[in-house]
Order: sequence, then structure tokens, then C-alpha cells
Amino acid sequence: MDIDTIAAISTPMGEGAIGIVRVSGKDAIEVADRLYKGKMTLSEVESHTINYGHIIEPSTGEVTEEVMVSVLKEPRTYTKENMVEINCHGGLTSVNRVLQLVLNEGARLAEPGEFTKRAFMNGRIDLSQAEGVMDLIRAKTDRAMNVAMNQVEGKLSKRIQTLRQALLETVAHVEVNIDYPEYDAEEMTLEILQEKGTFVMKEIDRLLQTAQQGKILREGLSTVIIGRPNVGKSSLLNSLVHENKAIVTEIPGTTRDVIEEYVNVRGVPLRLLDTAGIRDTEDIVEKLGVERSRKVIKDAELVLLVLNHNEPLTESDQELFELSDEHDTIIIVNKTDLVDNIDMSKVRNLAGERPVVTTSLLMDEGVDELEEAIRDLFFQGDLETGDMSYVSNSRHIALLNQAKKSVEDALEAVEAGMPVDMVQIDITKGWELLGEVIGDSVHESLIDQLFAQFCLGK
Amino acid sequence: MSYHGGEFDVIVIGAGHAGVEAGLASARMGANTLMLTLNLDAVAYMPCNPSVGGPAKGIVVREMDALGGEMARNIDKTHIQMRMLNTGKGPAVRALRAQADKFSYQHEMKQTIEETENLLLRQGMVEELMVEDGEIKGVITQTGAEYHAKAVVVTTGTYLRGKVILGDLSYESGPNNMQPSVNLSYNLKDLGFEMVRFKTGTPPRVNGQTIDYTQTEIQPGDDVPRAFSFETTKFITDQLPCWLTYTNGETHDLINNNLSRSPMYSGMIEGTGPRYCPSIEDKVVRFNDKPRHQIFLEPEGRNTKEVYVQGLSTSLPEDVQHNILKTIPGLQNVRMMRPGYAIEYDAIVPTQLWPSLETKKISGLFTAGQINGTSGYEEAAGQGLMAGINAARKVQHAEPMILDRSDAYIGVLIDDLVTKGTNEPYRLLTSRAEYRLLLRHDNADLRLTEKGYDIGLISEERYNRFITKKEEISAEIKRLEKTMIKVTDDAQEVMKQAGAAALKEAYHADVLLKRPELTYADIIKLAPAEKVLDADVAEQVEIQVKYKGYISKQLEQVGKLKKMENKKLPEDLDYMSIKGIAMEARQKLAEVRPLSMAQASRVSGVNPADVSVLHVYMEQGKLQKVGQTEA
Repeated sequence: MDIDTIAAISTPMGEGAIGIVRVSGKDAIEVADRLYKGKMTLSEVESHTINYGHIIEPSTGEVTEEVMVSVLKEPRTYTKENMVEINCHGGLTSVNRVLQLVLNEGARLAEPGEFTKRAFMNGRIDLSQAEGVMDLIRAKTDRAMNVAMNQVEGKLSKRIQTLRQALLETVAHVEVNIDYPEYDAEEMTLEILQEKGTFVMKEIDRLLQTAQQGKILREGLSTVIIGRPNVGKSSLLNSLVHENKAIVTEIPGTTRDVIEEYVNVRGVPLRLLDTAGIRDTEDIVEKLGVERSRKVIKDAELVLLVLNHNEPLTESDQELFELSDEHDTIIIVNKTDLVDNIDMSKVRNLAGERPVVTTSLLMDEGVDELEEAIRDLFFQGDLETGDMSYVSNSRHIALLNQAKKSVEDALEAVEAGMPVDMVQIDITKGWELLGEVIGDSVHESLIDQLFAQFCLGK
Repeated sequence: MSYHGGEFDVIVIGAGHAGVEAGLASARMGANTLMLTLNLDAVAYMPCNPSVGGPAKGIVVREMDALGGEMARNIDKTHIQMRMLNTGKGPAVRALRAQADKFSYQHEMKQTIEETENLLLRQGMVEELMVEDGEIKGVITQTGAEYHAKAVVVTTGTYLRGKVILGDLSYESGPNNMQPSVNLSYNLKDLGFEMVRFKTGTPPRVNGQTIDYTQTEIQPGDDVPRAFSFETTKFITDQLPCWLTYTNGETHDLINNNLSRSPMYSGMIEGTGPRYCPSIEDKVVRFNDKPRHQIFLEPEGRNTKEVYVQGLSTSLPEDVQHNILKTIPGLQNVRMMRPGYAIEYDAIVPTQLWPSLETKKISGLFTAGQINGTSGYEEAAGQGLMAGINAARKVQHAEPMILDRSDAYIGVLIDDLVTKGTNEPYRLLTSRAEYRLLLRHDNADLRLTEKGYDIGLISEERYNRFITKKEEISAEIKRLEKTMIKVTDDAQEVMKQAGAAALKEAYHADVLLKRPELTYADIIKLAPAEKVLDADVAEQVEIQVKYKGYISKQLEQVGKLKKMENKKLPEDLDYMSIKGIAMEARQKLAEVRPLSMAQASRVSGVNPADVSVLHVYMEQGKLQKVGQTEA
């Protein structure tokens, strides 16, 4: 039996908002227990049960996710090993966070097809299916390679290659100091290592942020429309929906309660939340409108705050400004076809750096500006619409997180006053992990770099 | 006319650094051994730099010593200077380097060989291998002697179809105008071996009397007595210094103006040279922004004035070499004694070898050293030792001894060669080792003495000393783990003097030792040991405690590696029929024929998915076999 405990995200990416992190191996339950807080520990619960609880960050004890955890004790499991399946809701970001915590606790990222391979190795799948297992490993790997290949041409790959090159040059520099101690190359000091390490860590962080953008492209940016009654929320919704061919999600069993609608605004998919709420509550009293806003805004990544051009700002408007203070928000001053009664300078003041757009939804004016504002806010000018160069694959995200951790370890070692060749161990590991993202981890390239960068000889 | 020369267990062809280790190991293990060299005056000859050791290489020398090799003892007796390198870095990369007295080195080694039981050293050039049904039977020399043997080790160095190139002059020759070995190369080709042509080079030598040392910087040896061998007790104290000077713009102009006369650039050289020791003309061309290059002046011995000009390896014509030397500070009036030259030679493609260094084609035939595509005395010697051990074991019907990548640099070296091959002369670098922190210079004895003892190359007496050392180390570490150091005035004083932060509470001694500012010597001031430990024991305690975190991490990785190494693969596995493996990987695996799953994973072009598929395939085969026996 393999000694490693392996983990991976076992739900397909971008489909559905629930994700499962699957862990298998001798220590699977122990690993999960270190992250889990529920009524009982996972080693105490019955096998083949599903348990409600929370995932905590073990170093701080901070709760990060609400989860359901299946505990499956060997041998009656898919791999015939101890297995844990952590069901997270909240989509890609939270599944990845949980995976990362599991990996930090000592599990290793599973290779493509490895769960099935283990099932076979442990006798769960019989001999006649061995061919199938080999085909599956091949197919899954090829698919993973294709994803990597598709990104090779993209910005992602170039950015990773740049980072790897920075690390490689650093490593080569340390190596030349070690293997050619008398060679007159500048000593690679811990200060330089620290500087390079910090740079790489920041860059990996930026790459991981693109994962967020990738997630949005697949799952939609959760968006709420808020505003007092009769400011034009419903018109705004209709305008977005009609122009952009909404896909409607319904709760099974009802026909009335449409809860989400998907629209694609200039390449930015929006998941409009609580649309039924907007349609139903357009005529309710003002106080309740604010209450409703307070409720829906919690899950929002984008807030569209609608104001009435025809009326002065009210206390409720101010409250809504405060409510959306922490969110990406676009302020929409609607009804420009009516008399100007609003204090625009005050609006801009309250908006601060958040974009303000004026519209007349009735006359179909200002909608283009609004859509552009949405696009600009999302792509932040640094990504072009249609460019697929964001990190999208759960394996890549996990590898990037691991690489970041290696570089962090290296920086910690610098702090602890470790000698340069120890610090090097983690830097090299980071470089290798980044290589795995783009399918290139050939060790020989370090030696190539060494001789290309330095003039050595007898 | 041929005649019967005698019956032997093992024959070693060549008596360079690989050959002498092979012959000595084989004879010492009880095999009746014949060592043939084409010139008895070239035993353990150093045709290039007069030094032994350095990063990675120095660790190999110590590893050989722990396994019962000779190089360490020999250099300890014959060096003119010794230095510990990388002392400012961590323990993993520290390394000893000695400047050798080339002539004493040879004489000392030759005498050791002559005095060794079961070992016959004889002059003679082997021209043909006797092979029957894929098995080695013996060798035939130029003079017609037919020697029979059960195993043969070929260590031909740069002699194999050697060709010296100097300017537009070139001629068939071994190193330093020795006779080349030509027919043996054709014989190896006829036997079906795939050969490659490699190139190396050496700088000019000058008369030290004509050097103005006042224009150079002195490079003395260490004040502390040093030794490679764990057995050495007598240390050489009267050391000779080396000297450092630099090339300059004038040197570079001269070289650039004469490039058209360089065989490197005229296409006369066909062999592949190593990137890590380019000639001075290469350095000037490839790194033209570098204003100067280092030149180390290294004496070749105590009883000679000849000086090796390290950094000036070249194959430019002799007249240009005279002029280049004169542009260098300190060498303006120098008299050159021998010119530098390039040398081309034949090597076999090393993926044709098993990890035991036995050839896959011919049972009982081993190759070691430069013929396997390496460069460097230490790399050669390490392989020679292993080939000699495994040739003797073959004769004695014992399993070969194979070191893996976590055991020794020698393991890294051989695994790289037989698994990946090499497209240039291979040099060991510390960065080639994944477990550098475990493969240290200081713990070579702890890693390998047991193995040397098991194969009969380490004496009982030395083994007992090793066991005592091991016990002392672990007892002292345990003691430190149990001893509390309290907050006392004495303790704070020790902290202060070491530049460490004051103690806030009591700590275990081992925890305190992990602080970067503190040494073992500081700790025992506060937690004295019952008896004062030997310096090398104290050193082990300090290293093992200080870097425990990193060491355990690597040990964990090694544990995983060992599991993979233990998953054996049959030699005759039909890779081409395993459909799930990518075609390129199938071909590579069929060529290398790895012996374990771990080795398979290191074959270039084989990715983790291929290894997974291979894993499943092997498991399927095992199940099938079980099924058959049951039925």
C-alpha cells in the first residue's frame, strides 16, 4: 500500500457551486481532523457517515469554511484506504482553500487518475479492468497536459516562466558560489535571496488572483441590485436580462421563485442574485427595501446601487452607500429623463473611487456606459476580454499555493539565520513546483543555467 | 604469435585513477587480479590539474575512503597543501581540496599496488577482449599474451583512440604524449558498443623560477591540519602556497586576434567538450563582457619547479601560448615548459551499463572512469572502486553492490550515467544531488563504513572505532535533549558573548543549540559532558541537532524513494508492448532497462503518468502469475 496520503478536488471545475476535496490514505482521517471542528472529531465518528462542521486554519484556529465531511474508513471505500470527502459550498475559492490546508497538513496532491490507480493496486478493481485503469491514467494525464499546453501560449505560462527564470538565476547563483567557491562571482547573500523570494511570492499571489478572475468567468460574478423602491431596479434588471439573454435558474418544484439569472455583460458573466426579490419588492415600503439589501449584499461580489436622479438623496440612500462600502460597487443615477433634483457632487463624494454612471433606463440611455463600467471594474485594465490567460485548473492553483509556501519557508529560513544552502532547498522546491504547473520540471536546466550564466573553467 | 599469459579472476585494463581503485578493491576482496597498463610510469598519473577534491568531488574521495578505497589515504600522504572550502556556508556543501605533489602521488600509489596481495601490476597494451556467447573470457595484448579471467574492468581514460590537438597540429596520442590505445576502441565497436567522441583540454605549464610572485596574490593552505581519510593520523604541516593572478584586455585581444588559428573555431575538433571547463578562448568569446579571468598558479610538486596555470586551458598554437602568458601580471618573463593542448578520445554511451557498471551486452565486462563519459580524477576513481568491487563480487557469485542517490555522491554519479547518459564529459556538482544535506563530507563514514565492512574492505579495528563514534554521537544528542539550561548569570553571559538574545526562560540544551549564533562549544559551557568528546563527534552532534528539521525532511523523502527503489523491475520487461505508456517513454525504457521503479522514473522522457501505468502493469502481471499458480 502507498504510504502517502493524497488529496485532490474531485468535482469538475466551474460546474456548480459545491466542491468536494477528496483525501485518501492511511492518515486521511488524521489529516482532516487537524482541520475540522464539529460535534465530534472525525476519528470518533462512525464510518460511512456525513458530518456537519467547520474547517479551521490550524495555526490560528480561525474558522474558514462551513462544510459537510464524509468519513469512510478502510477497507470498504473506493481506494480501500481511509477516505475523507470534504463538501464545501461557495465554489472554487473555498474548495481550493480547503485543499491547500489539507496539503499543508501533509497530504500530497494526487496525480491524475491516482485514486483509481490506488483502487486497483489495493485490489478494489479486478484484473480485467487493469487496461481500463491504464487508459484512464493516460487520458486524464493527456487532458491535464492539454490544459497546460493550451496555456503555454498564453500569458500565464509566460508569467510562470519569468518567475521560474528569476528563481533559476538565483539558484544558479547560489550553486556557483557552492561548486566554485573560488570563482570571482559576487556572493549570493541572504539579503539578495530575501529580495528575490519576496518578489516571487508577490508574483505568485498575483497569479492566484487571476484564479479569482477565472472563477468569475466560469461561475459568474455574484451581483446584487440595491436601491430604494421605485428608483428603477426592476428596469435595470430587465435591461440587463433582455439585452444579454439571461439563463434562468429556478428552484425545483416551484415555478415562481426565480432566484438567480445569468447574464453575460461584455465578457463578464454576472450571476444576478435574488431577482425574484427585486421583482416582488419594488412596491414595498422603503424601510424593508434597506433590510432586504442588507441581507443580499452579504454574498455579493458586485453591487449595483441605483439612485433616483429625480429626487434628493435620502437617509436610506446614505445607508445603502455605507452598506456597500466594502464591495465593488457601481453607482447608477437613473431617470435622467426627469428633472435634476439630486446633488451630483454629493453623490460623487459619497461614491469616492467607485464609478458613477448616469442612465435613463426608460429611454435606454447610459446602458453602454454602465456595461463598460462593469467590464472595466472586472478586468482592471490588465486583462483583455477573451484572453484565457488566467489560472483555471484546480491542480495549478494547488501547485501555485504549494510553490508560494516553499518560497515562504525559504524566507523564514533566511529570518532564522540558516545558511544559504539550506534556504536554497526550499527555493529549488518552489522552482520545481512552478515547473509542474507548465509541465516542465527538468533538473538538468539548472546545470545549463549555471554554465550559461557563469564563466567557469580550468 | 600469441601465448597463454595466465589465469585470473579479474583483469583491470588501465592504471589511472579508475584502474588503480578497481585493481586494489578487487585484490583486497580476495580476487586474483591482474592490472595491465600500457606504461608503468603512468600509474595514477594526473595529466591535468595537480589537485584532488573540491565541492562534490572531495565528498566522493571521503566516500571512497569509507568504502575502503585508496585515493584519500594516498593524497593525505602526498599533498603540498590542503584547504576546507565553503566554510562560510552550511555543512552540506563544505568540501576539502588538496593540491597534490603529482610525482609523489604516483610513486606512493604504485608502491601500494606493488605491495598488495593478489594483485599483479604489469605493463602491456590490451588490443582485444575475448568474448564467448556474450560472456567475457579474457584479454589479448599487443605482445600476444592471452590472459584469461572471469571478469574484466576497462578503464582506458583519454587513451582510447586519443588524439592531441594543438593549433593546426594534431596527432594520435594519449595524454601528455603517451601512446594511445587504438585497436581496443575498434574492438569495442566490433563487439557492438555504441561509442561517442569527447574532448577535454589542459593548460600550459611554466617554470616557477621565472614567475614574479610579487605581482600575484598568495593562496595559502589552512592552518588547521586536515585529512581526507578517516584513518589518517599523521598530518603534513609544511605546505606550499598557490598564487592568484588575472588575465586582462591585452590577453583577450591577443586571443581574439588569433581565433582563426584555434582548432576550436576552425572545425578541426569534432569531439564534444564540457561546458564547465571551457578553454580560455571559449571564455573570451562567450563571456566577452568579463574584463578579466582568474588564473591560479599551482605547483606540480615539491621536487619540481613546474607550475600548472589553472584557468588557461587552450588548444591555440604554441607560439600564441607563449605570447598569451606574457600578457599576464607575474608571468611577463615566464618560460613555458609544456604547451596546453586539447585531446579527443572515445567513450562508450553509458546507458549501455547496468548500475553495477557491468555492460548489458557482455556479462562480466565492466567499464569505469572516463570511458563512461565522465571527467575528473575523483569521478573516475569512484567508478573504478565500484567496478572493482562488483567485478570481484561477480567472480565470487555475490550480488552487486549498488549505491543509490541517497547513499552517496558515487550513487548519484553512476545513476545519472546509466539512467540518463551524458552528452558531454560529466562532472559531479553538488546540485546534481537531491539529498545534498544528507550526503555531507563530514558524515561519509557514518553513511558508508557499514557497507565497506560488509564487503570486506574495512578492517575489524576500523569498524569498531566507527561503531563507538556512532554510539557517542547518539548518546550525546540524547543527553542534550534531556538537559535543561536554566536562566542563570552564567547562561546569560554565554548568550551575550555569542551575540545571542538573552534567555527568557529555561530551555532544553538541544533547542538552544538550534539558535544560529550558538555552537556546541557554547552549549557545553552550560551543560558540560562527562568527558570531552572528539572534535569529529562534537561536529556531528552540532550538525545533527542544528539542522534536524531539514535533515528529517530529506530523510522522509528518502524513505519514499527507497520504497520505489525496492519495487524491482525485471531486466527483460517488454516495454514496447505496454500500450498505456507514451511511445517516446517506451523506447527510452527499453533502452535503459531500469532495475527499479525509482530508476524508471528518472529516465529522461518518462513522466509520472508513464510510471503510474508501469506500476499498474507490473501489478497486473503479479496478479496474473498468482492466478496461474492457483489454477
